[in-house]
Amino acid sequence: MWSSAAVAVLAVGAVLIVPPLVQLDEQAVDLSAKLLPPSWAHPFGTDDLGRDLLLRCVHGLRVSLLVGVVAALAATVVGTAVGASAGALGGRADRAVMRVVDAFSSVPHLLMGIFVVAMFRPGVWPVVASVALTHWLTTARIVRAEVLSLRTRPFVDAAVSGGASRWRVGVRHLLPGVLPQAGLAAVLMVPHAIWHESALSFLGLGLPTHRASLGTMIQAARGSLLAGDWWPTLFPGLFIIVPTLAVAGLAGAWRERINPRRRSELML
Amino acid sequence: MARMAGRRLLAAVPVLLAVTLGIFAVAAASPFDPAQAYAGTAGLNASQETLDRLRANLGADRPPLAQWWDWLTSALRGDLGHSAALRRPVAQVLAERLGWSVLLGGVAFAVTVLAGTALGVVAARRRGGPLDRLVTGGSYVLQAAPPFWIGLLAIWLFALHLGVLPAGGLTDTGSDTVTPGSVLRHLVLPALVLAASQLPWFVLYVRQSVGDALDEDPVRGARARGLRERTVLLGHALRSGLLPVLTLVGSRVPELITGALLVETVFSWPGIADATVRAATAVDFPLLAALTVLATAAVLLGNLAADLLHGIADPRVGFDG
Repeated sequence: MWSSAAVAVLAVGAVLIVPPLVQLDEQAVDLSAKLLPPSWAHPFGTDDLGRDLLLRCVHGLRVSLLVGVVAALAATVVGTAVGASAGALGGRADRAVMRVVDAFSSVPHLLMGIFVVAMFRPGVWPVVASVALTHWLTTARIVRAEVLSLRTRPFVDAAVSGGASRWRVGVRHLLPGVLPQAGLAAVLMVPHAIWHESALSFLGLGLPTHRASLGTMIQAARGSLLAGDWWPTLFPGLFIIVPTLAVAGLAGAWRERINPRRRSELML
Repeated sequence: MARMAGRRLLAAVPVLLAVTLGIFAVAAASPFDPAQAYAGTAGLNASQETLDRLRANLGADRPPLAQWWDWLTSALRGDLGHSAALRRPVAQVLAERLGWSVLLGGVAFAVTVLAGTALGVVAARRRGGPLDRLVTGGSYVLQAAPPFWIGLLAIWLFALHLGVLPAGGLTDTGSDTVTPGSVLRHLVLPALVLAASQLPWFVLYVRQSVGDALDEDPVRGARARGLRERTVLLGHALRSGLLPVLTLVGSRVPELITGALLVETVFSWPGIADATVRAATAVDFPLLAALTVLATAAVLLGNLAADLLHGIADPRVGFDG
């Protein structure tokens, strides 16, 4: 768990601190230094335009992380709102909302993302929206289940018999109870959102090349790879994997904390 | 059981209708213009009058709901529209490409089930041991790795560096004829990469399920009777542990489609997932809409299969759902 935390802190720290501190242009083209293999001067080597890959990976992770966090936050807010209102209202409204959630989740996520991005291209916002649109469903389910179990607790009965309004019960008594679960879902969603964004970018449907995310970099490196140069492909992928594993480790520890009885070993 | 299957199939109809309606709603809300898409570059300097006439000819000037109804009624008659990106009717695109996707997905799934069972059992045998940690750790890494990245590295290693397998497509360069031998050689890499992308969940589930079964009374009883470790593991723990996992397979269709979208693109495999990506890049609405509905239908069928298999495997589960 501590190693996961260290890696996550390191990644976020590097992404926040390095770009303003180093002040190097990650887009600086140097054709005399193109496709150099990893060396001391360029630890990750350079790409087909002579740009330093370590610098580009850090900037790419920055873009990916930003998109991932914004999309995960949006999805969590929507999911929590929908799930909490469905659980709190109950009855016919609950069934109708959950039917919509079921219908939504029978479209494969990446496919729905591709469809939305294809229709609203180009730009950053369609990508964020498509990732958020496909990810709020699980949060809505988790939050609804949690609200349903909280609703039967004595303290809710006490609040209702004390004359609290529906709104007050929902916001003051139910919402605080679901926040840990919603938070866990949000944290687990960030790597998933990054994965999703990279896939869209790799398919050429994601972020524009001047806002290169890790997926865009892997897409751009395909030409070099077919010429036999492996480093422009390898390193951006590692930059996706390592933070994902760190977040999974952290989320596992968090889950054990808020839910110590269910010791399932399955994560992700 | 037949009644339950029939009822679930009926329940799938409104879901599919809702999905088609949603597709048209998204398209209506988007800046996408069918007339411009149809005209291509010629549409950039076409007069407004020409574009309006084109829009009227395409029926794109009518309200979205009417367009949806037109699409639906002609789709039910077998006419799914015309794909501008691939220059042929959508129905023909599906007919040409569906088989290749099913071949790729089927082979990949078989590899996943076989390799996943073996690895899961090996890991479950000594939970916490070095082999277990290796398999579990590897699964998490594989889960986190994007399939397209694995595919690209596999191309580099096997096609470029070692030169043992072709990098993509269906035929060798310079030949147009599709022979079983060439298909087989071109199938190896994409199928293995697709299988690798599906492997982690399967391994982890088998490990969990077989590991739990190893702690249960029947297994303890088998050990007490002095049966060989091999018999206990494969005859008792695996048999009761694998069943719940196998019934889950049907519910993993969305992940298989996601993997296929990426793997078919990397390897230029001429399946429907590759067509989806092309349709999206070219904003080819008729093709994209048909493929989205088709994928949703596949997911619903997979869910139904999972429920039916679950009922067959476990008699305690009723079919009245």
